[in-house]
Amino acid sequence: MEHIITPKVEYVKLLDRYTSKKAVTGTLYLTATHLIYVEPANNNRKETWVLHHHISAIEKLPLTASGCPLLIHCKTFQLLHLLLPREREAQEVHQSLLRLSQPVKVEELYAFLYNPKQSDAERLDGWSLIDIVTDFNRMGLPNELWDISHINSEYELCSTYPSVLGLPKSASVATVTGSAKFRSRGRLPALSYYHKDTKAAICRCSQPLSGLSSRCIEDEQMLQAISEANPNCPFIYVVDTRPKLNAMANRAAGKGYENEGNYSNIRFQFQGIENIHVMRSSLQKLLELCAQKSPSMSDYLTGLENSGWLRHIKAVMDAGVFLAKAVGDEGASVLVHCSDGWDRTAQVCSLACILLDPYYRTIKGLMVLIEKEWISFGHKFSHRCGLLEGDPKEVSPVFTQFVECVWQLSEQFPCAFQFNERYLLTIHDHVYACQYGNFIGNCQKERQDMRLRERTFSLWPFLLQCQDEFRNPLYKRSTHNSLLRPSTLPLHFKFWCGMYNRYDKGMQPKQSVLDTLLTLTLKQTQEERTMTELQRQLAVADGVLPHPDEPIDSSSDHNGSPKALPTTSLDQPNGDCVSLTNGAGEEEESANREAEAEDDLRAAKDKPVSMVTQILKEEVQESS
Amino acid sequence: MEFAELIKTPRVDSVVLHRPFLPTVEGTLCLTGHHLILSSRQDNTEELWLLHSNIDAIDKRFVGSLGTIIVKCKDLRIIQLDIPGMEECLNIASSIEALSTLDSLSLMYPFFYRPMFEVIEDGWNLFSPAEAFKDLESMTDEWRLSEINKDFAVCPSYPSLVTVPKDIDDDTLCKAAAFRHGGRFPVLSYYHKKNGMVMMRAGQPLTGTNGRRCKEDEKLINATLRPGKRGYIIDTRTIAVAQQAKARGGGFEQEANYPQWRRIHKAIERSNILQESLIKLVEACNDQSNSMDRWLSKLEASNWQSHVKEILTTACLAAQCIDREGASVLVHGTEGTDSTLQVTSLAQIILEPVCRTIRGFQALVEREWLQAGHPFQQRCAQSAYSNGKPRSEAPVFLLFLDCVWQILRQFPCSFEFNEHFLVTLFEHAYASQFGTFLGNSAAERVKLKLSRKTVSLWSWVNRPQELERFVNPLYEPNSLVIWPSVAPQSLLLWEGVFLRWNRSTKCLDEAYEEMVHIIEYNKELQNKVNSLSRQLAQLETEDSPLQSP
Repeated sequence: MEHIITPKVEYVKLLDRYTSKKAVTGTLYLTATHLIYVEPANNNRKETWVLHHHISAIEKLPLTASGCPLLIHCKTFQLLHLLLPREREAQEVHQSLLRLSQPVKVEELYAFLYNPKQSDAERLDGWSLIDIVTDFNRMGLPNELWDISHINSEYELCSTYPSVLGLPKSASVATVTGSAKFRSRGRLPALSYYHKDTKAAICRCSQPLSGLSSRCIEDEQMLQAISEANPNCPFIYVVDTRPKLNAMANRAAGKGYENEGNYSNIRFQFQGIENIHVMRSSLQKLLELCAQKSPSMSDYLTGLENSGWLRHIKAVMDAGVFLAKAVGDEGASVLVHCSDGWDRTAQVCSLACILLDPYYRTIKGLMVLIEKEWISFGHKFSHRCGLLEGDPKEVSPVFTQFVECVWQLSEQFPCAFQFNERYLLTIHDHVYACQYGNFIGNCQKERQDMRLRERTFSLWPFLLQCQDEFRNPLYKRSTHNSLLRPSTLPLHFKFWCGMYNRYDKGMQPKQSVLDTLLTLTLKQTQEERTMTELQRQLAVADGVLPHPDEPIDSSSDHNGSPKALPTTSLDQPNGDCVSLTNGAGEEEESANREAEAEDDLRAAKDKPVSMVTQILKEEVQESS
Repeated sequence: MEFAELIKTPRVDSVVLHRPFLPTVEGTLCLTGHHLILSSRQDNTEELWLLHSNIDAIDKRFVGSLGTIIVKCKDLRIIQLDIPGMEECLNIASSIEALSTLDSLSLMYPFFYRPMFEVIEDGWNLFSPAEAFKDLESMTDEWRLSEINKDFAVCPSYPSLVTVPKDIDDDTLCKAAAFRHGGRFPVLSYYHKKNGMVMMRAGQPLTGTNGRRCKEDEKLINATLRPGKRGYIIDTRTIAVAQQAKARGGGFEQEANYPQWRRIHKAIERSNILQESLIKLVEACNDQSNSMDRWLSKLEASNWQSHVKEILTTACLAAQCIDREGASVLVHGTEGTDSTLQVTSLAQIILEPVCRTIRGFQALVEREWLQAGHPFQQRCAQSAYSNGKPRSEAPVFLLFLDCVWQILRQFPCSFEFNEHFLVTLFEHAYASQFGTFLGNSAAERVKLKLSRKTVSLWSWVNRPQELERFVNPLYEPNSLVIWPSVAPQSLLLWEGVFLRWNRSTKCLDEAYEEMVHIIEYNKELQNKVNSLSRQLAQLETEDSPLQSP
């Protein structure tokens, strides 16, 4: 609180960029965590809350006749234009916000203040909801080819890697440690994804310290081991996601890329994704375009082109598609790196995982994927998102680009994702909000040192709690149980208005198909319950069932009752509404047999296609 | 019969058909007077029927004796036919060229088409000016239906009946007609029930360089103003273009002569520029080798999206004047048959909920496009692949449909019809078995006896089994005025038309079906619950006499 000079300013105007309506006068409050603007509208009081952590820049514009304007840019792409009555207050607010939006110490982050009133046990349960080893198991590890290794349990081999690594079984400790020494920051080749069907794998690492001529036998052995772990393919792809020129420049600094001559059976590829600095300035240009007051169509399209943003999105997507096709179609393993292997590599590997495995297209699967490829493999969230005061050159929208790629995919495959756009936006918001501990710090070791699990809460259980609003009502897992093949023609990429102009409500469609369908699916659950209840009452009235005052002992009795028969299946119109009813908090009155049916389905949930749900669905159509 | 002479080779075997995103088909190619037919030998399910009138252009090339014809259609589809034998290929190509560019209207397919369905409701009788006037009469008595144009003599592009202010006699109309381009004197386009304001449309006034005026024209449009109220004249051209028009005898309303009117100039482009824009856009969409930068730059250079934005903006302005300002509006450009109609029809979509229903939209197309004299025959003679010198082709109607789609996308629950309906109208405007879009005006349609000799598109569209495909499952009647956003970010490329053949629609179709399924299932469930409740209530009332005594 010591940074707040003026906690309250009255007669402040919030200007709207689009409506020419006269701005109302309201009150601006600064709290320890939020900036709050309250409009005392006659009928309903309107509040605008902005988290200090979400503020990326504050501009104090020159004094005008109507007041002193403050322009507040947010990392969520919100743009607030405030008009304060007096220069002095504007100065004080400006100063306070500058300080509040750039915490110096990690303890100043919201997560250390935030208390959702949970017990320590609940907190720990929350943290263990998403677990990397479980995902390795799901992929089929350990098996005869791959092992789950604890060689990095003390973070000695690589300080920015997770403590648990998937490594080829045939790689000896000497090979692994030797390879780590030959890789930038010790980020050795480790498993990102194992594709059960083809036995091909995606591995990730950082650039080799090859310089102009160095080589390392252990590293060569390591790649050999990865290659041998895939009995179906005699070679592996080595993908350097950087533009060739950048990679070559690194050679002069003793880093660089693999010399094909030194490694047996590798096929080397560049992918040409630009570095964090290019991406940062590209986003900057895009946001300037989005903030323009009323650009002409021509200005807008030219601006979109000049920002280069969609070109970069396409480059990331192209690389992801290359990986997915190599693994899924060719059955070839791929080793991916960029410079440090924590930005472009994370983007490309996680995107390939989404293309390859339907599990990562579910609500929980995406959590696992982010936890695995981003958080645990040391994407530097603290630096890239500028969570603390620091070097602005470290900030870059790498994660934003990944989120956008997923959105672009969901536009091409509207039925392939269990989640909707809102889920992506919410995750994106939370990455910057620091309300939960997940994205604080730059790697797992840092998080462990900060004891985040004891001092903060995990985001994931809270997202699961409100998963109803994150559902994609059109999700049909059964028809998208394999590799997604998106088009990467430029004309199939769209500008994501819902992200970058999200707060310009006037620009968004005025009616939401998503909301309409979500309301319907919710209504559907209620109606189904009403129907079950009515059928039960009818059965009672008919004398088929005993009177409700008498105890009903077992659920099978219900199923035996001819009148109640269709309800079991009617409860599951779409195979994946399973957890909807589950998450909605089942009322105790809903009969046991429903829960039973759900249990069956839940067990089948993580499998690619559930025949059970398919059949049920057909039954529904027939019976209804 | 003339067709036989044009068909040099009526039939070729072992022709291979290539279409994007579909498997190739080998079969027999047949040419008839109106169709190119390819049917596969293996199984009879694969059959392609293509109207010659749908063919915009063809390219041919040869590799050895294998000839290839690339057929580019007006609906923007491109297919490839591999034809063995050079002579056959040349014959086919020249036949297609001749058959797809027939000049005589009476040889067009609609005159030969016999419907395979029973016409229950004849579309030709659905939307007469007299019918529309009945609706108007129920709201106001300030207007009358004039027969002045009975023989299409006063204005050849107007229908025989037009709605004009009650107090204006036919004599005045005649004089006003002489003062307006093409005799298009101001007539009623739309009456806004909410506040009694009106939208009128006309051709440009023929002021010429010496500022000619016409008292009757002034009187005519002033008659639509409420006492003490001002109106707006929306000229769809820039002031510079309007100034230039004076040299050719046209012009715009001088403030001095129309003191009760405020004139606003907008910048909707003329038809030849729109045609060029369409050609560039489609070229960009079909070039798969574009980099991202090149694609965006070509999209920008085509200016298509700019046209969409400008037209929508102007329509919003007209609607705003009427609904928000409570003023009457007169819209015109040069001829009053293109940009004028885009603006008046879109403003009605924004203002009038009825226009957002399937029937209402048909009525709108009839009223504001067909009867209002948009020259469909000229404008839709060629589409994006025409390489000849453009005559008067222009995608004016397509741009209108694009704008409707933009509003539909922003208000997905407020339209009774879906995107498919709009795409269907686009197709039929360019090539059709129905007579609806033949001819350039009501006068021409009467002369061609279309209503007797051809089937109306609406007769087919309104059959329950067809209608089903055009209904928007999300539709909830919305009685409000709907204001679309015209920010560039809110206006998307209409993929349903421009990327239609460049993408696989499997996933999008699946999503649409799933959406329909959810909505249908909900309705069924609701019905089921209702019927169960009734059953239960019935049981209880039957039971109660037993229990209560």
